[in-house]
Amino acid sequence: MIVVGQVLEVLIGGLLAGVLYSLVALGFVLIYKASGVFNFAQGAMVLLAGLALVRSLDFMVARGAPTWAAIALGLLFAAVIMAICAWIVERYVLGPLVNQDGLTLFMSTIGVTFILEGASQMIFGSDVYPLRLFPTDAWFVAEGLFPGGILVNKLDVWGGLIAGTLVAGLAIFFQNTKTGRALRAVADDHAAAQSVGIPISWIWFVVWLVAGLVALVAATVWGTKLGVQFSITFLALKALPVLIIGGFTSVPGAIVGGLIVGSGEKLAEVYLGQHIGGGIEYWFAYVLALAVLLVRPQGLFGERIIERI
Amino acid sequence: MLRTTLGLAAAALGISAIAEPAMAQNEQFLPALVYRTGPYAPNGIPFANGVADYWTLINERDGGINGVKIVFEECETGYATDKGVECYERLKGKGPTGAGYFSPLSTGITFALTEKVPGDKIPLLTMGYGRSESKDGSVFPWNFIAVGSYWTAADVAIQHVAKELGGFDKLKGKKVSLVYHDSPYGKEPIPALEARAKKDGFDFKAIPVTHPGVEQKSQWLAIRQDRPDYVLLWGWGVMNSTAIKEAAAVAYPREKMIGVWWSGAEPDVTPAGDQSTGYKALLLQHPGGKFKVHEDMDKFVISKDKSAGKDTFGQVLYNRGLINSMLGVEGIRTAQKKFGNKPMTGEQVRWGFENLELSADRIKELGFEGMLKPIKFTCQDHQGADEARVHQWDGKAWKIISDYYKADLSLLDPMVKETAAKYAAEKKITPRDCSKES
Repeated sequence: MIVVGQVLEVLIGGLLAGVLYSLVALGFVLIYKASGVFNFAQGAMVLLAGLALVRSLDFMVARGAPTWAAIALGLLFAAVIMAICAWIVERYVLGPLVNQDGLTLFMSTIGVTFILEGASQMIFGSDVYPLRLFPTDAWFVAEGLFPGGILVNKLDVWGGLIAGTLVAGLAIFFQNTKTGRALRAVADDHAAAQSVGIPISWIWFVVWLVAGLVALVAATVWGTKLGVQFSITFLALKALPVLIIGGFTSVPGAIVGGLIVGSGEKLAEVYLGQHIGGGIEYWFAYVLALAVLLVRPQGLFGERIIERI
Repeated sequence: MLRTTLGLAAAALGISAIAEPAMAQNEQFLPALVYRTGPYAPNGIPFANGVADYWTLINERDGGINGVKIVFEECETGYATDKGVECYERLKGKGPTGAGYFSPLSTGITFALTEKVPGDKIPLLTMGYGRSESKDGSVFPWNFIAVGSYWTAADVAIQHVAKELGGFDKLKGKKVSLVYHDSPYGKEPIPALEARAKKDGFDFKAIPVTHPGVEQKSQWLAIRQDRPDYVLLWGWGVMNSTAIKEAAAVAYPREKMIGVWWSGAEPDVTPAGDQSTGYKALLLQHPGGKFKVHEDMDKFVISKDKSAGKDTFGQVLYNRGLINSMLGVEGIRTAQKKFGNKPMTGEQVRWGFENLELSADRIKELGFEGMLKPIKFTCQDHQGADEARVHQWDGKAWKIISDYYKADLSLLDPMVKETAAKYAAEKKITPRDCSKES
């Protein structure tokens, strides 16, 4: 009975941790889905959004602003920063590269990554900035069934709720709005989309803005978990196997991929790691991803691309 | 008149042209391998500030080391070994006599440079980090693992656990887990903890955390299930505060956690807020706060706006940077007594370190009383001290909660000897005969 309780605890903890990875993965999916660009800078965007939020929030609290007002204005300030970032990326990086090869666009986002990492630390500082927007303690459920109960972290549950809301909102945006459909058209073919009158620069600005706002949401959760700091950029590495498993073009896939990666890596670390030396969860997630690639190269929910030759 | 003026101007220019290189010849070049950006920056910055500020103080207050001005240059490593080696290669030949010594503030970089420094004849001052066996100066003549090694730390941590439990006999049957950064740094205490577990009869388990340590849920769920009596933390940067938060999440008491001295500074506890209250860590002798040297620092550096970063002034890692530079400066001063008041080569600084002795009086004179106990290096002993204390975070500040513990040398010294001998055999090094060294 104790063992069942422990396995359940690791499984639930893993599933919820996976949802937090999905929050980061969603940003990747959005930009890939809408522009066909694999945005290497998504981790750096989470850092920029988090720093803009926490530094402005601290600034206002230090000057006596009420907490609710400081949070609201901090979120607004961070959103404006992400909008400026989206405009600069579209205007000076992606705009001039319209119709270029996908690899060229990908390389340009690597450049954006380093610029964002450097600039955000230079402007907002490179310390650890605590952020406490959500509770971080835990519930112990089913204590009657299992000694000590099953631990469920409140922050993880908040992360799950936020991710669910985001997915629902994004699904509606992509399926039921004119801009959403235009985004999908641009992803299929830049030139064709332009030829039917879709303003590609506006569409790219919108998609980078939405990805920036998703990064801001991820930053609120991860910033509460870790404190806002440079290490947040490493989350991009946690999101990669999620994307490979879920598919680069599927919003629900990002969630399912996160659940598989989170639960798989936690169970592997706790129950397999102790027999082979531990520290395996980072690469175990990629083992899972490779296994999926071999069976379904497009990921579980990705679009199967068939090209005429 | 015009001709005279032009002549004087030309003469003055000529003199200054001659004087400029002459001044440069009287400068001691000291490199600083730092990380002010990247995942470990919150911990790297205060240390780098302390290092730089002490050198500035020596220049501003004393006019240099016996008249020899210190010139220093920082190189950003980001805590990455490859970048650290690049920085070393770039800076080792700078200045009239080359780099005086290197302090990489990274066990990984120290491992890499340990292979290089004998060829370049530049000492490594690795205060509180690096290879524990490099205490043996007969095998590691260029390494100075000053003040304490990770084996010292592991031993002292277990001594403190034993004290809290009521004696070493109470350790028998207890469970002690080590949550460590999965790197040469984090792995370093494992042999000493295994030796202590064997001696004291406790159950020891090592739990790795992958760099940079942002995700530790599995490790702490395993701890919740295993319920160890104590958890030792060997983390760096974000890993420390994340460990404290995860410990709080699984309701593991922070009072039962003891971090190494690299897991016991302000950036390690403040991000976790109230959850850090009760957390303990070792002190590499010195605490945070302000001492006599800080008064001079305030007068000659901070108030003159010459600090590398006054916001970290008096923090634990800032103070460690001060001590690191003080040991370096005193090593150079010791070398100057033998070789003359001029810039020292790396080889001469190595001699200075090996013959460095700081008495209580000298430490007081330098303004470090209360931060460091007397320290003495010899040809055989490149550590110079084997003591540490414990402090605890009370939610607002670190409070010292123990007296000094002296590491159990009857256990550690044979390990040092054996591991150093293995290293010597592997690298085909003939150990020096320290009985014949003057």
